[in-house]
Amino acid sequence: MMHPLDVTLPRTLDEAVELAQDDDNQLLSGGQTLIPTLKARLSMPARLIALRAVAGLSGLRMAGGHLCIGATTTHATVARDAGAHYPALAALAGNIGDPSVRNRGTIGGSLANNDPSACYPSAALASGAVIVTNAREIAADDYFLGMFETALDPGEIVTELRFPIPMAAHYVKFRQPASRFALTGVFVARFATGVRVAVTGASESGVFRWTEAEAALNESFTPDAVEALSPPALRMISDLHGSGEYRAHLTRVLTADAIRAILA
Amino acid sequence: MHSVSLSVNGASVQAQVEGRMLLVEFLRERLGLTGTHVGCDTSQCGACTVHLDGMQVKSCSVLVAELDGAEVRTIEGIAAPDGTLSPLQAAFQAEHGLQCGYCTPGMIMSLSALLADNPKPSEAEIRHHLEGNICRCTGYHNIVRAALAASGQLPGGGHDASA
Repeated sequence: MMHPLDVTLPRTLDEAVELAQDDDNQLLSGGQTLIPTLKARLSMPARLIALRAVAGLSGLRMAGGHLCIGATTTHATVARDAGAHYPALAALAGNIGDPSVRNRGTIGGSLANNDPSACYPSAALASGAVIVTNAREIAADDYFLGMFETALDPGEIVTELRFPIPMAAHYVKFRQPASRFALTGVFVARFATGVRVAVTGASESGVFRWTEAEAALNESFTPDAVEALSPPALRMISDLHGSGEYRAHLTRVLTADAIRAILA
Repeated sequence: MHSVSLSVNGASVQAQVEGRMLLVEFLRERLGLTGTHVGCDTSQCGACTVHLDGMQVKSCSVLVAELDGAEVRTIEGIAAPDGTLSPLQAAFQAEHGLQCGYCTPGMIMSLSALLADNPKPSEAEIRHHLEGNICRCTGYHNIVRAALAASGQLPGGGHDASA
């Protein structure tokens, strides 16, 4: 059982921001990571600020050529409603966790938590998405700072994610079957301006862009161009599910698979 | 304490709850609806699956304090009031879709949500949908058969529970 705490459900963003300034308070979105964390007493905030009832934070819309997704939009809603605009993103959302997790977990919660094995960070980084908060707009390239670390200030609240739409994209996830997180996952997005490749689940620094692969794919958008590369030379996660060497190898294999899927 | 007013299996419920109270604790300990099981308590197994506003959720990972105005349905609300099993429940019985039975309420709640959205799911769709429901007896084959039977898709003498 978790420690005693209060739950507050603000109706407006201003109210939520004010409550979030107190260090003893913790923001709660879908809770699919946070609630198990609280039950294990790995975190013991005095109060949860549930964002569920805050007006205007949920739903999808197209604006300025971007797919804009409210922070409290569930994975299930993205899976259902993003397909017409950004099929690779909808497919990614439809394979997060399981149906119950997708009905509750949210895109803003996932990106604020920045689990090194979560799926959404790879989509945001490969797409060059913009993370919109109550205070500012943050480019994905400046947002992901490491495992569970982001550019968010204490008390800053993610309100919306703005995804540019690539010409083509594909996400390949090699699942850790017990947790259904990515053992390694690769998101490839092809824009008129170039290719972006983002890798999750692999590096000890969290999600990263594999820039050598991007350069090779800008020269030749083929699986061969990737397979000719050395695996990324970063410090990779080693755990009982796979060695760092294995994850580096998977990164190359999955990137080539993503290219094949885009070309198919 | 938090005041909540919600509907559980069609009945209105008003309660004062602690902020930390989970939906599964509320159902089992306050309302005596012990058909919703706690298998793992770490949100892995799906034995505690219920419907919240028509969508399946893991009741071990939802706080009651967030549920003012919500509609909850549990395994106790699936059969008809006179005890007649739903087509899916009848198919579980006919196809022997359970061994120890511990995961069964969660399986029924998960599959009933699937069939409401997708009345004729393929076997692959059924298996994908059940990723969050673990059967410790590993009795998945007959569980999948039950879902196929309940959706009228089991050829060659299968029990078509929707008939």
